[in-house]
Amino acid sequence: MTQHFETHTHDVLVIGAGGAGLRAAIEASAQGASVALVCKSLLGKAHTVMAEGGAAAAMANVDSADGWQPHFKDTMHGGKFVNQWRMAQIHAQEAPDRIKELERWGAVFDRTADGKIMQRPFGGHTYRRLCHVGDRTGLELIRTLQDKGVHSGLDVFMECTITHLFKDGDRVSGALGYWRESGKLVLFKAKAIVLATGGIGKAYKITSNSWEYTADGHAMALKIGAELIDMEFIQFHPTGMVWPPGVQGILVTEAVRGEGGLLTNNLGERFMKNYDPKRMELSTRDVVAKAINTEVKEGRGSPHGGVFLDISHRDAEYIKKKLPSMYHQFMELADVDITKGPMEVGPTTHYTMGGIRVHHETQESTTVPGLFACGEVGGGLHGGNRLGGNSLSDLLVFGRRAGLYAADFAKKQPMPITDDTQLQAAIDELALPFERQSGENPFAIHADLQVMMQAKVGIVRRADELQEAIYQLERLKERANKCMVLGSRQFNPGWHMAMDLQSMIAISETVARSALQRNESRGGHTREDYPGYDPLWAKQNSLVTSNPDGSIEVGVIATPQLPEDLKTLFDAGEVEKYQG
Amino acid sequence: MTQTATFQVYRGQANPEGGLPSGEHQTYNVTVEPGMVVLDAIHAIQRTQAPDLAVRWNCKAAKCGSCAAEVNGKPRLMCKTRLDTIDLSNPVVVTPLKAFPIVRDLVTDVSWNYEVNKTIQPFTPANEDTDTWRFSQEDADRAQEFRKCIECFMCQDVCHVLRNHQHKPTYAGPRWFVRLASLEMHPLDVADRVEYIKEKAGIGQCNITKCCTEVCPEDIHITDNAIIPLKERVVDRYYDPVQWLFRKFSGK
Repeated sequence: MTQHFETHTHDVLVIGAGGAGLRAAIEASAQGASVALVCKSLLGKAHTVMAEGGAAAAMANVDSADGWQPHFKDTMHGGKFVNQWRMAQIHAQEAPDRIKELERWGAVFDRTADGKIMQRPFGGHTYRRLCHVGDRTGLELIRTLQDKGVHSGLDVFMECTITHLFKDGDRVSGALGYWRESGKLVLFKAKAIVLATGGIGKAYKITSNSWEYTADGHAMALKIGAELIDMEFIQFHPTGMVWPPGVQGILVTEAVRGEGGLLTNNLGERFMKNYDPKRMELSTRDVVAKAINTEVKEGRGSPHGGVFLDISHRDAEYIKKKLPSMYHQFMELADVDITKGPMEVGPTTHYTMGGIRVHHETQESTTVPGLFACGEVGGGLHGGNRLGGNSLSDLLVFGRRAGLYAADFAKKQPMPITDDTQLQAAIDELALPFERQSGENPFAIHADLQVMMQAKVGIVRRADELQEAIYQLERLKERANKCMVLGSRQFNPGWHMAMDLQSMIAISETVARSALQRNESRGGHTREDYPGYDPLWAKQNSLVTSNPDGSIEVGVIATPQLPEDLKTLFDAGEVEKYQG
Repeated sequence: MTQTATFQVYRGQANPEGGLPSGEHQTYNVTVEPGMVVLDAIHAIQRTQAPDLAVRWNCKAAKCGSCAAEVNGKPRLMCKTRLDTIDLSNPVVVTPLKAFPIVRDLVTDVSWNYEVNKTIQPFTPANEDTDTWRFSQEDADRAQEFRKCIECFMCQDVCHVLRNHQHKPTYAGPRWFVRLASLEMHPLDVADRVEYIKEKAGIGQCNITKCCTEVCPEDIHITDNAIIPLKERVVDRYYDPVQWLFRKFSGK
């Protein structure tokens, strides 16, 4: 059957070409593997371009006391100690080398007075640690990797969406996708597969994420037997735009606060003093987002339902130099001159801490040999809450590792066999929406999903609302299974949405059910009915697995405890305060 | 009071037999909301009237450069073109970028650009030990201006060499002059791309009409800061009489 398809065969297939996927592909290729890099958009457009503030790496260029240990400690604190400690350690130790490597490949970071890479302060980081380029660090990072990738011998497949992964026995064997342009199917055979598909933000109404963030990687991996952890932990970034309606949710970089921006309520009060008097505006994102949520709820919000963020006390030229895209974004989209007055901001769905459970050194799935995950689709590094700046460093450190070990796996394994039964089932699934003679517009179902997730599985959660969400997700699933698509397969957004909906609904269920079982509040998961830390949940992570019939199981797994040598880095009582 | 805007959006596709694409403008009415941009209107059409309307977009915040199209004949990022800056008493005409082949509706085939990039020699430092690297912010500034480029390809779209004369095989276009400038002006780059700039990138064909600079959403001074300095490097190398004599006698 496979002969009817456009078919490509490689040692390593990388799905997703944001920072993590590009870095993985470059590494796998450097190890001698033949590499296919597949992305839904054009190369260089992935969500990494939206990363603004910087990449966290303890270079100690500005604060000489910094080192991997303080970065490791900050990451654990930010994650409320349910992070996989070994990933946090590797991340802190390797991030500086990854930044230097980027510079060697042509990235041009902002400089210190003595000509080194400049570093700025950020929420939850003890020292000035974020290497940056104004407020467009993500663009610099992805362009550097893109230009490196272009000369790395990769086979790049742009505007191609992968919808199904296949297995040969236990191990991965390949993937099926479609060309967005033509709608024609394409089969990729590979010895190892790296998922770098990002997060699930498009399941929410107010989000900083682009259309690509539809949980594809999470859903495909779960379906073939990978485990997911920490799915209840969703990061609501404290500062998204709130007005006008069309721009609601667009990110306002934390660098505004890093550069001295102040948060105030409608009484003119710097309200962070009531929530985290020590760190104020530079508290961790979970704390600031909840604080803003409370201020608005209690009637101290701004006219359009946010709070005020003001940087205008700084010199106008300095603002334009260090925050150029914020300046333009507000000027052009909201008629606000941020050098003269405050912005209105409110929380926006930003990042998925949860993801595929992986071996900490290799990024290989704990249950599916040959399947690797890196970047946002991977789970474990950030625990309950990610620190700003730790995402760009995450995707460099673990993107490289995923590529390295995927190439290593491919070297030792024969080419797997693609199973015709699995392939045919996937082909049939892709054809279904066209075969229905009537049914809803998939965009309408998506809009309902977003409203529901925002309302019931948002910043502050309750058992009854989560149960309602789980019920609603079942109804949405039924509707999605009956939706209809007009037109042909050629560049058809309606069809694309019909397929993406399946992933978003499946993974929204893992979020809602993980959130329902965690009867406590921690990091990016807040329960109105369980407001404090619970000692039991300080030592376990949520774990999601799938059954052969497609249903899911939600349970727990013990959180690896810090070894003695790392424990000594913390003062007495520092870790205990997260144990309730 | 709700206001309605009329949009005429190009709907059509590539001709599989080659030749001109087949298509026409279709009319849609959209309810205008405060602060609405053209991309919002396109999405509203997609959501309610034409779910198969093809459009590229990603960040919706003018950072990725995906949603470039021609709005009333001018290339624009649809995500930052506000309806309250357009005269809505006439229909708003939205068409795909003209300089590239149509795939479908507002989506064009820009793959040629990626092919050009492959031919450009990448960043080449004299030594690889970054721990020894030092350069000032002032030096960084020159390269950083060009590195702001979000690859929307609107400069390519308006460049008459590409738009009207289709000189793609022999001419790289403004986007790639910007890329070349970012490399040539990197304080630590030591590669020599002057021959490439003249022969392969065909910079001589640019007659500095500054159309590219005018449409750049990142305000990169493409003509003044990228193209003219690159042209000067070519002139110095190939047309400076002193250097010409030097080459003649040194055999270089």
